[in-house]
Amino acid sequence: MAAEKKATRAAFGATLAELAAAGVPVVAVDADLSGSTTTKKFAGAAEENAERLFNVGIAEQNMIDVAAGLSLAGNVAFTGSFAVFGTGRVYDQIRNTVCYSKLNVKIAPTHAGVSVGPDGGSHQMLEDIALMRVLPNMRVLVPADYDACASALKLAAATPGPVYVRMGRASVPCVYEPGCELEIGGSRTLREGGDVTIVACGVEVNEALIAAEQLAAEGIEAEVIDAYSVKPLDEATILASARKTGRVVVAEEHSVIGGLGSAVCELFAEQLPTRTALVGVRDEFGTSGEFEELMRHFELDAEAIVKAAKGLL
Amino acid sequence: MNVEELQVKANDIRKDIVRMIAEAGSGHPGGSLSSADVMCALYFGGILRHDPQNPADDARDRFILSKGHAAPALYATLAEAGYFPTEELLTLRKLGSRLQGHPDSKKLPGVEVSTGSLGQGLSVACGLACGLRLAGSDASVFCLLGDGECQEGQVWEAAMFAAHQQADNLVAIVDHNHLQIDGRIEDVCSPESLAEKFAAFGWEVMTCDGNDMAQVLDVLAQAKAAKGGKPTAIIAETTKGKGVSFMEGQAGWHGKAPKPEELEIALSDLSKKEA
Repeated sequence: MAAEKKATRAAFGATLAELAAAGVPVVAVDADLSGSTTTKKFAGAAEENAERLFNVGIAEQNMIDVAAGLSLAGNVAFTGSFAVFGTGRVYDQIRNTVCYSKLNVKIAPTHAGVSVGPDGGSHQMLEDIALMRVLPNMRVLVPADYDACASALKLAAATPGPVYVRMGRASVPCVYEPGCELEIGGSRTLREGGDVTIVACGVEVNEALIAAEQLAAEGIEAEVIDAYSVKPLDEATILASARKTGRVVVAEEHSVIGGLGSAVCELFAEQLPTRTALVGVRDEFGTSGEFEELMRHFELDAEAIVKAAKGLL
Repeated sequence: MNVEELQVKANDIRKDIVRMIAEAGSGHPGGSLSSADVMCALYFGGILRHDPQNPADDARDRFILSKGHAAPALYATLAEAGYFPTEELLTLRKLGSRLQGHPDSKKLPGVEVSTGSLGQGLSVACGLACGLRLAGSDASVFCLLGDGECQEGQVWEAAMFAAHQQADNLVAIVDHNHLQIDGRIEDVCSPESLAEKFAAFGWEVMTCDGNDMAQVLDVLAQAKAAKGGKPTAIIAETTKGKGVSFMEGQAGWHGKAPKPEELEIALSDLSKKEA
């Protein structure tokens, strides 16, 4: 049974439109990428939305701080652009204005990770989770698919203060159901098993589920946890699973430095030393290629997760 | 307040500034003293619609100190206006104080947004101006920048955006004191001509002697009233360290606290202005 495929970014404009229609005072600030990020769809969804999208042109620093100002006037302000420009290039604006002032700004760029594909290493943001995670007052959500992303965006809007929502470019299989409920500090256990735990986020969740199927065929039962709330992390669920299985693979479409893998290892180091293997990009930049090719190239696919899991057995 | 009373108040603010920085043992007197007249005119000259008893009043005009290192001038002005007790000024930069080295909006009422990393305040002011307009508010947004700060590229991203948005509820004031940490702005990396640059970006531009209260008051009132579909930039010509003889025009006093004997001279200089 082939699951339907949709990009997480497609949920962005559609969800903003839904929030606006429900009376939430959302505004979006984008930087010449409103078609790619889909914020243009929000602006076009209703006549009154047009004036709620601010296009600052190719000026990402201004984008973040204009959103900060809009939030000060009572709006729930979402910023767009691509993850590489919408987090790294504007790190100081997010740090010193948005987070330090604890403003109601949602950093929601698209095209994160290797999903941007052929554009190459300059555009493949593999450090954003790390950058956002270290910031005080920032919450980090990395949804797995379209429906989870729609829920994550609504959760971000309903949560006062800064929230980072990571979205990708590529179409990925749907794992969640429409209207699914996510929570800050939550996770979802998508499959139960007693031999090994796979903690994943974003596009790696689907890869983890495929890996679990392959492992099951060999008699290895994997527990799959979607840690969509990378910060705060659902510590209780991850610790309970680690206690049960004693072996944990963490998978993310991100550098192994500073992201979900690091967050889980920090937790284990302090509370429950556990044999852990990390699936992620090994301290290097991306490269041009198609999304699926890159998932193989950087050993981010299900096969890599299977290999990592077996290495722990 | 009339012009004479405002001059006296500006002098009080200057005394507060040197006292609090001397007590803290660090801080930025030069750019605080240069901008004291503008801040005094905004808060005491009937320019800003504000209520110290209700700092979060929806109808208030907003002031953003983009040059956050001039925090002592903002704190002294807010305290003199009644936002918090003037005695608290002597806690500047100390552990546990609401008066952080640079303004922290989470700690101190009257501070709209935290600043300190230069080049960001004008963008925030732009967003605030657009947001207020969207909400149907007639409030104005004022933003004070340093002239050295205008070397930050983001200032010009904001300038372009504000003009494009026809944000005529936005007023930027540049404290043009000609000095930055490393020396004269013209020598370090000239941002001149600031007036021509803002005009080229589509702004209404006004200039004044930023240490002449009558001129400051007049130009601020004009800028607030201007509703021609353009944001207004005021280039306020000022003297860094204004009012303190040994600090005036000295880049070295950008970020240095006066010693006790220097404080005496500073207060004596400022007292002479009252005579």
